[in-house]
Amino acid sequence: MKLIYKKPDAITERDTTYCPGCPHGIAHRLVAELLEEMDLVKKTVIVWPVGCSVFGYYFIATDAVEAAHGRACAMATGIKRVHPESFVMTYQGDGDLASIGIAETVHAAARGERISVVYINNGNYGMTGGQMAPTTLIGQVTTTSPYGRKPELNGFPMHVPEMLAALDGPAYIARAALDSPQHIIQAKKFLKKAFTAQVKNLGFSLVELVSACPTNWKMTPVEAMERIRKEVLPVFPIGEFKVAKGVE
Amino acid sequence: MEKKVIINEERCKSCGLCVSVCPKHVLRISDRINSKGYHPAELFDNEGCISCGFCYIICPDMAIQEVRRPEPVKK
Repeated sequence: MKLIYKKPDAITERDTTYCPGCPHGIAHRLVAELLEEMDLVKKTVIVWPVGCSVFGYYFIATDAVEAAHGRACAMATGIKRVHPESFVMTYQGDGDLASIGIAETVHAAARGERISVVYINNGNYGMTGGQMAPTTLIGQVTTTSPYGRKPELNGFPMHVPEMLAALDGPAYIARAALDSPQHIIQAKKFLKKAFTAQVKNLGFSLVELVSACPTNWKMTPVEAMERIRKEVLPVFPIGEFKVAKGVE
Repeated sequence: MEKKVIINEERCKSCGLCVSVCPKHVLRISDRINSKGYHPAELFDNEGCISCGFCYIICPDMAIQEVRRPEPVKK
């Protein structure tokens, strides 16, 4: 019997604290697999956010720090500048990165800090019970938009990768989805390029992973993945928005 | 034959994503209950499995620990 896939050793034996069907676990596995493949586990520092993935340091066995809400990119900047030989990445959700932490994120990108950002977009604040986030779709019902998000009242969903791609600092900006095996394999390729951008010291890199929140969307995990394909991906299209020379 | 898909039933949360992506429909949610109170997924048709690994790729809890493919038979 030939081994095709094996759970990465960087994933700990501890059970995840996520709801059944939450794609956070898929993103964790992709990160752990890439760190092992690129031989970075020993020198990685992951800055974990506030949100559902706040306990991420229990699940991926690397060095880790826990940032204040939204400040992961600022913290990662300091760590990378003091330890330039380390591989420094942040793992943030949409409430963390796109709402309270947008200033830190945009400025870290504009300065071209040599950090990698994994940005999970599930369209709401999952941990606190599904409130409206900057990435909530028009018409989507959440606990703070009970009649659906209205543009005249709540504005429009925020496209972070497109926004950051306009800056000069970033070396690699992309968006992938976690809804099907095909898209997950593609997401791993994008993440690998983002990590390569940092290893080669080219600049800031960010990959948005379009994710689901079955519990707060009040759907089964399979229905939530279908909703990503039908409703979310037309608004947040998959693609690479900025690829600097040398990332490949 | 050895199992082609090794499932850690204690990690499984019964989300059913592996069952939904399996192209050969050889996975199902079992009747057993694990210590967390979920019905874990199981491989009920080892012969029908083509070791594509889709279940491993989509599993959010790393419950699908290994996927193996038999060595091709030499003629």
